[in-house]
Amino acid sequence: MTSLLTVEGLTKAYPGVVANDHVSFDIAQGEVHALLGENGAGKSTLVKMIYGLVTPDSGHMTLRGAPYTPAEPRAARAAGVAMVFQHFSLFDALNVAENIALGMENPPPMRQLAARIRTVSETYGLPLSPDRLVGGLSAGERQRVEIIRCLLQDPKLLIMDEPTSVLTPQEVEILFATLRRLSAEGTAILYISHKLEEIRSLCDRATVLRLGKVVDSCNPREKSAAELAEMMVGAKLVAPSRAGGDLGDVVLEVAGLTLPAATPFGTTLRDISFSVRAGEILGIGGVAGNGQDELLSALSGEAHAAPDSVRLKGQSIGALGPSHRRRIAVLAAPEERLGHAAAPDMSLTENALLTGAIREGLAARGFLKWPAARAFAEKVIETFDVRTPGPGNAARSLSGGNLQKFVIGREVLQRPEVLVVNQPTWGVDASAAAAIRQSLLDLAETGTAVVVISQDLDELMEISDRFAALNEGRLSPPRPAVGLSMEEIGLMMGGAHDMEVAHVAE
Amino acid sequence: MIRLEKRPSPSRLWTVATPVLAVALTMIAGGLLFAALGKDPVAAIRTIFWDPLFNEQFAAYSRPQLLVKAGPLILIAIGLSLGFRAGIWNIGAEGQYIIGALSGAGVGLAFYPMEAWFIFPLMVLAGGLGGWAWAMIPAILKTRFRTNEILVSLLLVYVAEQILASMSLGLMRNPEGGGFPGSRNLQQYPSAANTELFAGTGVHWGVVAGFVAVILAYVLLNRHMLGFQIRLAGQSPRAARFAGVNPNALVVFCLGVSGALAGMAGLFEVSGPAGQVSIDFNQGYGFTAIIVAFLGRLHPVGILLAGLLMALTYIGGELAQFMLGVPAAAIQAFQGMLLFFLLGVDVLSNYRVRLGKREVA
Amino acid sequence: MDLSAIDPVVLIASLMVAATPILLAAIGELVVEKSGVLNLGVEGMMITGAICGFAIAVETGSPTFGFLAAMVGGAALSLIFGVLTQVLMSNQVATGLALTLFGLGLSALIGQGYVGLKPPATGQLDLGPLSDIPVLGRILFSHDLVVYVSLALIVGVWAGLKYTRAGLILRAVGENHEAAHALGYKVVRIRLMAIAFGGACAGLGGAYLSLIRVPQWTEGMTAGAGWIALAIVVFASWKPVRVLLGAYLFGGVTVLQLNLQAAGLAVPVEVLSMSPYLITILVLVIMSADRGRAALSAPASLGKSFHASS
Repeated sequence: MTSLLTVEGLTKAYPGVVANDHVSFDIAQGEVHALLGENGAGKSTLVKMIYGLVTPDSGHMTLRGAPYTPAEPRAARAAGVAMVFQHFSLFDALNVAENIALGMENPPPMRQLAARIRTVSETYGLPLSPDRLVGGLSAGERQRVEIIRCLLQDPKLLIMDEPTSVLTPQEVEILFATLRRLSAEGTAILYISHKLEEIRSLCDRATVLRLGKVVDSCNPREKSAAELAEMMVGAKLVAPSRAGGDLGDVVLEVAGLTLPAATPFGTTLRDISFSVRAGEILGIGGVAGNGQDELLSALSGEAHAAPDSVRLKGQSIGALGPSHRRRIAVLAAPEERLGHAAAPDMSLTENALLTGAIREGLAARGFLKWPAARAFAEKVIETFDVRTPGPGNAARSLSGGNLQKFVIGREVLQRPEVLVVNQPTWGVDASAAAAIRQSLLDLAETGTAVVVISQDLDELMEISDRFAALNEGRLSPPRPAVGLSMEEIGLMMGGAHDMEVAHVAE
Repeated sequence: MIRLEKRPSPSRLWTVATPVLAVALTMIAGGLLFAALGKDPVAAIRTIFWDPLFNEQFAAYSRPQLLVKAGPLILIAIGLSLGFRAGIWNIGAEGQYIIGALSGAGVGLAFYPMEAWFIFPLMVLAGGLGGWAWAMIPAILKTRFRTNEILVSLLLVYVAEQILASMSLGLMRNPEGGGFPGSRNLQQYPSAANTELFAGTGVHWGVVAGFVAVILAYVLLNRHMLGFQIRLAGQSPRAARFAGVNPNALVVFCLGVSGALAGMAGLFEVSGPAGQVSIDFNQGYGFTAIIVAFLGRLHPVGILLAGLLMALTYIGGELAQFMLGVPAAAIQAFQGMLLFFLLGVDVLSNYRVRLGKREVA
Repeated sequence: MDLSAIDPVVLIASLMVAATPILLAAIGELVVEKSGVLNLGVEGMMITGAICGFAIAVETGSPTFGFLAAMVGGAALSLIFGVLTQVLMSNQVATGLALTLFGLGLSALIGQGYVGLKPPATGQLDLGPLSDIPVLGRILFSHDLVVYVSLALIVGVWAGLKYTRAGLILRAVGENHEAAHALGYKVVRIRLMAIAFGGACAGLGGAYLSLIRVPQWTEGMTAGAGWIALAIVVFASWKPVRVLLGAYLFGGVTVLQLNLQAAGLAVPVEVLSMSPYLITILVLVIMSADRGRAALSAPASLGKSFHASS
């Protein structure tokens, strides 16, 4: 196999961190090459340099034997390098064809482009209608827009950043079939992921990054997932453990919860019903954008629902606001850390006050008790090993993992009867993720009813007693987590169902 | 090339230093402006910033004027700063000021010529209520229909100006005024007059109210849950809702307080320094207060200082007009420039300036 | 009162004249907002354009130079806003207000020597026999060039946004600046160009006031026209053709109330004078009450600062 892209000694430093430290590797033509590493290992910076979004401090690249120094993404695309972003670079208010045209150098007239979109999307098994508004598409369909945008330019190298994080297991299979076909046609694929099984089933080679450096390179098919994990993390990980105590009475009961979408592209919750017992962890899976945020809002009190649709030990609480719910020990930690769970520019003390004022008694007749708030923040920092110089630092100065530990810790320490968390370990490094999962298990141990909404199925299987899945605002009936197969989980998440619909709608 | 790099935490030093830097830059740019107008720049800057306070010839008149002018500016700006912090943009303080003045003066004139201790307090109350009610229009439209409060509050200024014209030419016209527009002079009606409290200081009730507002706002923002919620809502509206803040209540509170304070400022002005309701008694304080609020970095103590500084430019501007023939409009441009520089150098508190190779990103 | 003195043909023709300044400012602001920038300094740019145009027209004796100068003046002022908000990332609301306050002061300063002067007259465009068509000729074909320029701008902006690549990129930047940046578009540069375009349009609108509609220079003569232009953009749900509708509606109200004042209607003059502002508020309320649509048509990045951090 001939080398397509060679990367030699790429270095990129940001204030305080060396994101990439003399990174070297090469990708052969038609190869599916995995870039494996934890959050913060430097994978994103590396591919941004390859795609021309970031200029390296030193080092050089060659593409098909010629020096390759893309000054901007346009140059990268002209050289045959295309990229599908993890957080899609799409425009909700524009239609599919317009979105695709924006990613092309010289797009044909709209009508012609629409026809080509149809052809290419059919050819690769990714049906897509060119005149639908992107804001109304599911996460999987949005990804297709990105992929087709790339394919229309005949790329030699396709970079995919965590592509399966938004797909159901069935949709992952469809995607992999497309990628294998592309690879067979001679297109190289740089596949970024931290999901080991996927890499083992798809990739020909893997380059492992840790703390900005290449630590190893291997054929992932010859390694076990455990071996890969050890390469990636650099240490053996201890899986969270739980004693598995007895479950108590039903604490939280949701029955026939229906909530219209608050925003034009939001999801409507439809007839959601479940119950959680004291000491139980209910895992709620599903692909992004199927009502996760909305469900959390309905449970945290940010969105008002019918009073009887949410009950705490028989008491109707559906119409209570967040402050009322905190008073009765129904707490929540939303997905978006900066700007929702925490105010980025405020200090940790102020952020402790944000949800802790009521239960921790941080205010008396409206007047704030700053020393008490500070003490509470310090307690969270200490108990949950949050790495920060002190509670006076702004939330935005913390790393994702540390801020997430703070956000979860802030709720756990308030002794909730019910705790609802959304994406508790999203974008968090492995050790922090393990600590957070352990803390949720420990909390359930003390008799709290815990609802974990997550898109990470491995995580849910690891900590949940029962599992349910959100699909287009509906919740599947919860089933015991033990013994569920990936196939069954995928079907609960809607299988590849919405894709079929897209196909028929052509 | 120069590039900007976001700081992990806002710089405390620059937060305090930027207003000072902005004033210095404005003096330089203002000097250039005056030079362009054919005036001696050093003399002009000295006349505006130094002479009103320290020149023996003018200080006796100017120093009290400083408080007379700063009082309403501070009072209005304190109210506005609460809303601005919460991301609620009341830019129609000028209208609330006018309506407050009309309501308050109306109460006073209704009692004429009776003399009683309660008339002035009633007028203050009516002034505050008038401004509050005028500010409730954008507040209710915003909470009920999500109508943009910036545009509504501003458009209502023009409506208020028409009401003012109608009042000073009609209903409130002095029946003994020989047909001239304008109301009775409230300064000559002791029960309704907002008099100087300490001779030679310029301190009238409006100045006192301004100082009280500074203290209350400080306590509110730093010690009270409501102040915390205001700051939170401005920085992260979503986090505020998560924390249990009711955004609509905040809109009503912030617009209400700023309207009431602006209305009171109007009443203090019309019953004091201006003396009567006339078609142009308002001097644009409602707009200048916006500059004061930002120049004071929306901080009560900062607003106190900024109000005094801005009052100085008014008085110094008049002096420069009188002494050097600098046009009055130049001072207005000068004030606008100050706000530009402040907003421009503000970047230093949140970003570090780096020299070096520019990134493509 | 004598309503028969109001001739509907004259009324329609004059409402076009009354609406043109606002139409120009509003279509410029629409482009700015479509790029994701909220410039509240329209009033300041209009009044600056009004005095720049007036001064240059008086000095050169040529209204054409006046209009050009007004566009340059408006664009130059808007670029102060552009640099502050796009490069120095200042708050757009505050900076827009500063622009208005500064523009009012600056224009008064420049305008010192021009109070009471008469500008050179701008001729109406000679459209030959077209303007002799009864009724239609008087309404449609008897205006000055700027009226037709303003109409052409509406069509141009509509077609440009809908059918051209530049328009698509502009919409994309306003919708999601992060994504546009990731695709390699120069967000800041595109926005600066949009801001300058908006400034030039507002300046032209201002000069139309001082050179044709009034025509003379008085301090603060825009009297809220810039704010009304901002309101019209919201009313129009960011659609060019509806800007035309909104501006002409407003022009109609203005002209009608002036005619009613002249006809001696038994309503206080002040009530008639405040009616354009009240009607603008009313229209804003009606538009914003329809939540879903208002949220859908507003550019998603409107008013947000952009800093390329990656």
